[in-house]
Amino acid sequence: MDSAAAIEFHRVSYHPQGEAILHDLSLAIERGETLVLLGRSGSGKTTTLKLINRLLTPTSGEIRVAGRALPEWDVIRLRRMIGYVIQEVGLFPHFTIEKNIGLVPKIENWSRERIRQRVEELLHLVGLDPQLATRYPRELSGGQRQRVGVARALAADPPILLMDEPFGALDPLTRAQLQREFLDLEARLGKTVVFVTHDLNEALLVGTRIALLEAGRLVTLNTREEFLRCREPLVIAYRNAFSPDFNGERGRV
Amino acid sequence: MNLWQFILQNHTEVTQLTLEHIWLVGISTLLAVAIGMPLGILLTRWPALRRPILGSANIIQTIPSLALFGFLLPAPWIGARADRLAILALMLYALLPLIRNTYAGIQSVDPSVVEAGRGMGLTDRQLLFQVELPLALGVIIAGIRVATVLSIGLATIAAAVGAGGLGEYIFRGLAMVNNTVILAGALPAAALALLADTGFGWLEKRLRPQDTRRDGYASAASS
Repeated sequence: MDSAAAIEFHRVSYHPQGEAILHDLSLAIERGETLVLLGRSGSGKTTTLKLINRLLTPTSGEIRVAGRALPEWDVIRLRRMIGYVIQEVGLFPHFTIEKNIGLVPKIENWSRERIRQRVEELLHLVGLDPQLATRYPRELSGGQRQRVGVARALAADPPILLMDEPFGALDPLTRAQLQREFLDLEARLGKTVVFVTHDLNEALLVGTRIALLEAGRLVTLNTREEFLRCREPLVIAYRNAFSPDFNGERGRV
Repeated sequence: MNLWQFILQNHTEVTQLTLEHIWLVGISTLLAVAIGMPLGILLTRWPALRRPILGSANIIQTIPSLALFGFLLPAPWIGARADRLAILALMLYALLPLIRNTYAGIQSVDPSVVEAGRGMGLTDRQLLFQVELPLALGVIIAGIRVATVLSIGLATIAAAVGAGGLGEYIFRGLAMVNNTVILAGALPAAALALLADTGFGWLEKRLRPQDTRRDGYASAASS
């Protein structure tokens, strides 16, 4: 079955041990878009992300990636075509930066020369000095580490990128810089991105569409512009929390 | 006759008993590594096995060593030769630190590192051999260190069942009420233990993964 959507959720629920983490979620993520999953802690946004690369398995419902239902995928193949970036980065501390970025290509049996070239290209792409290739993660700053995290996720050129609060642990200046660089990168690479954040400013900056989750349910799914005009109470509350200006005069508290 | 003279006069026997001692400890520790590490890994995959396996290893540790040698004596193939018996007993004692440290070492790997590895499509085997075991190695070596030092001490008891080793002198000296002979067994055994402790301590430091080398928490799981 061929489908236009890169990722589809059809009535997906996730209830481990009867606890309703995610309830009856349906949405389609288009190719090349950046869909932001916005919500507070415990709203189910990270769960939604992990359901896509099968770190978690839904209790009911169906998820399709590139038109194929998840159980039909070989889980290892699936994960290798989905880049995964997490807040804690999770670099392998015993590997150099080069080995960290080149691990999946190495497992995929790329030649040594091709891996070396790819690592250099990626370091350049994420704005890092290629000389860092021989360093260890502990020798890098937080911002540099997250850049490596992004480079590692992009190593085998996956069409889909999952990002779980990738810039959440960084200081505001570094975060703003990485957000801008991410926008550049995304404009150039055109990946399908699912981006988890609790920060409305970040959501409005990076997202083509914003899915607002609350207590395991999808509240609204809007484009950026629609989101700013939306009268849904929770959306208004969000705008108020971040900046009353988002709501114009009438929405002001 | 002082100790130094005794050792010089009997240097062939001292050397032979020391080599026997090293052999008993070496073989039993190798076997314990070969069995304990896979068991430790197994525990990280099937948590339900934790209680029975760690429990059994714990119980073995509580059996007095002389009694354990006695228990094993009637065992068919094992009881036929004293060195087999000693090696099996020493191996059983060494299991606990190995199982526990392998398990603890893997459990102590940063969960975000494991999650990143899984998320990028490493197979379970790749995750184990490329990420978890290398990162747990310092803690596992700490377990081998504890097991070896423990075994060097325990192996002196093996002489009671005729397995040889430096315990020969200790038992002979006890029977003769001769402290020099006791010391001729006890001192080389103590030296061996110190040597093993220092050697493995050095290895442990060397093999600790890059980022933890400075923090020094890797040996926290040793007993």
